[in-house]
Amino acid sequence: MRSVIRNGHVVDPVNQIDRICDVYIADKRIVAVGAAPDGFSAEHEIDAGGQVVCPGLVDLCARLREPGHEHKATIASETAAAAAAGITTLCCPPDTDPIIDTPAVAQLVRRRAQQAGHARLVPLGALTHGLAGEQLSEMAELLEAGCVGVGNVGGMVNSQIMRRAMEYASTQGLTVFLTPEDPWLRNNGCAHEGAVATRLGLPGIPEAAETAAVARDLALIAQTGVRAHFCRLSTARAVRMIARARYDGLPVSADVAAHQLALTELDTAQFDSNCHVNPPLRTERDREGLCDGVVHDAISAICSDHQPHEADAKQAPFCATAAGISGLGTLLPLTLRLVHNGSLDLTQAIARLTCGPAEILHIDAGSLTPGVLADVCIFDPQAHWTLRTADMVSRGRNTPFVGWEFDGRVNYTLLAGRMVFKRAN
Amino acid sequence: MNLQIDDQGRLRHFLSVDGLNRDILVDILDAAESFAGVPEQTVKKVPLLRGKTIVNLFFEASTRTRTTFELAAKRLSADVLNININASSAVKGETLLDTLRNLEAMHCDMFVVRHADSGAAHFMAAHVQPHVAVINAGDGRHAHPTQAMLDMFTIRRQKGDFGPLCVAIVGDILHSRVARSQIQALNMLGAGEVRVVAPRTLLPLEVESLGVRAFTDLKQGIHDADVIMMLRLQRERMQGALLPSAHEYFYRYGLTEKRLSHAKDDAIVMHPGPINRGVEMDSQVADGPRSVILQQVSHGIAVRMAVMSMAMRSREAAAREAT
Repeated sequence: MRSVIRNGHVVDPVNQIDRICDVYIADKRIVAVGAAPDGFSAEHEIDAGGQVVCPGLVDLCARLREPGHEHKATIASETAAAAAAGITTLCCPPDTDPIIDTPAVAQLVRRRAQQAGHARLVPLGALTHGLAGEQLSEMAELLEAGCVGVGNVGGMVNSQIMRRAMEYASTQGLTVFLTPEDPWLRNNGCAHEGAVATRLGLPGIPEAAETAAVARDLALIAQTGVRAHFCRLSTARAVRMIARARYDGLPVSADVAAHQLALTELDTAQFDSNCHVNPPLRTERDREGLCDGVVHDAISAICSDHQPHEADAKQAPFCATAAGISGLGTLLPLTLRLVHNGSLDLTQAIARLTCGPAEILHIDAGSLTPGVLADVCIFDPQAHWTLRTADMVSRGRNTPFVGWEFDGRVNYTLLAGRMVFKRAN
Repeated sequence: MNLQIDDQGRLRHFLSVDGLNRDILVDILDAAESFAGVPEQTVKKVPLLRGKTIVNLFFEASTRTRTTFELAAKRLSADVLNININASSAVKGETLLDTLRNLEAMHCDMFVVRHADSGAAHFMAAHVQPHVAVINAGDGRHAHPTQAMLDMFTIRRQKGDFGPLCVAIVGDILHSRVARSQIQALNMLGAGEVRVVAPRTLLPLEVESLGVRAFTDLKQGIHDADVIMMLRLQRERMQGALLPSAHEYFYRYGLTEKRLSHAKDDAIVMHPGPINRGVEMDSQVADGPRSVILQQVSHGIAVRMAVMSMAMRSREAAAREAT
């Protein structure tokens, strides 16, 4: 099948393309951007006039709830939601049930995604067996089974075991994905420890719950030399620590959840359980620090931190509700807000959603380089729309962004040259 | 959106002092004043809530608060149902929302709720039918507004105007819903100065944002105070990472006759009960002439009668307006 995407504003940060031109696809792959290859005749044509054509988005953290929590969502339902959001590659953390600590589970989730056919799924394996923080997982086998890294997911592992896990992961050439949180400092907290939690009487999660974990892990990264990625930062201070470590040459990277760039602790002031997330929404100064990190490259990826829930999971007093936002559908719109308000330029924004995360995952995605699989997102950057729960594709309707107005909406998504999403008019 | 005040400016639910206004607080105090004489009558009842059903829904143990709510409801001639959830549905896994729906199906008119989670009363108020009122009897660390209002009632009776008063709240501010509601009420009623006194382990971060001056030294904190409001220290907090021991707490923060001399000569001493004698204060102080602790308890009934009748009146008016 040969296709051409005509007259789009092509933004491909890797190849420094930022102009109106055509994209040519043949046999699932990009064959040219700009001039048509000799003798190319398209069987299928997409008119992308007035729209942005960019690599399919790569989302570093999405929980699809399968296996184990199919009452919340499934791989099929959430990869379809990803396609509707322009996301072509999803990375899922290992905290499924059963946990992704054996090749069988890693293969299972990949196979389910392949069967559904809406988006690519790359799993992270568990850093330790059962994520229990005691015994190293069989990392070589997990790698073989398609895991793109190993991660700890919440809670701090004993420092000696973390050191050994880092050494062993680096032996296998695997990146370690760290969710920095000191569980003792976090204790039973459910909101940022600050003015709002003080007023509402919500048990607080101090800034140090994140920074203490980042500090220790940076020390262990320096000791072991492992390539490491810090997932979903929430504090400005942690951003500065990562920026400093990168400046010093440590092999580290970091991401932030899109909602952290839009919301603060003030959004929890009415006990809105849809704003119950972990790490918590912090102060305006933290939000600014995170945006600053995105601009200045301390944070090289923005992720959805997608956590779909059934309605009941959010129907309780704030702390008793499940944490998380159903975020696939707002990943691009929230990132584009930073472009519309002048914080980021369009190329930077797209880089944080495509080649930035692809580089962290060490996968061949996030570009329109001739020869790569044709994962493409086409969106209208000016389309004005209001988020309504009824329009959400994800099974999880838990989002604080209902009623928000956005500019920018995906119209087409191509996965390996095949159209997996087309907006109905 | 204000859950607590309806579009006519009437008290709809009573969930926290935060979100109300000075006029409503004064209305509550004035109404409580009118109910304060009821127990002295030969028939200790007024027929304001006759035919209404009030459910005391307590997910946490309580003696004082529950009994004064029960007494207040009975003096308003309502039918009262006491439900202690520790011993019933919660252990069977029923959600708060299901409990609520089941009780609503029994045609209850008002819920008085105590729950261990901050925001539980707000959650219930957001989910009840329009004719039902919710009164917060304490939610987590968040709010205990009827306690704060009975304290305000006691202060107003003792001191009159709030404007010139310096009020010191002493003890476990971090975990205290009482302190949060007291601070908000005192500020809303225009108290001259509100102070909190505690070691840093028992002060929440950014406590000054609540509108208080924070002290870690008891003598400085109660210096020239007109009102000293002591807080209860939960037994499980007396040893461990928050405090080394009850003994050391008393040594630094216990209120004794001698320390009380740093406050104004006519300062009053309050405590929401139950008192840990020899931890928060000496028996001499608790039982002494400055103590108004037992008055607080009896004022609790009048204040709760006031809040219940105001909330019910607004629900009835809303129902009339709807038809």
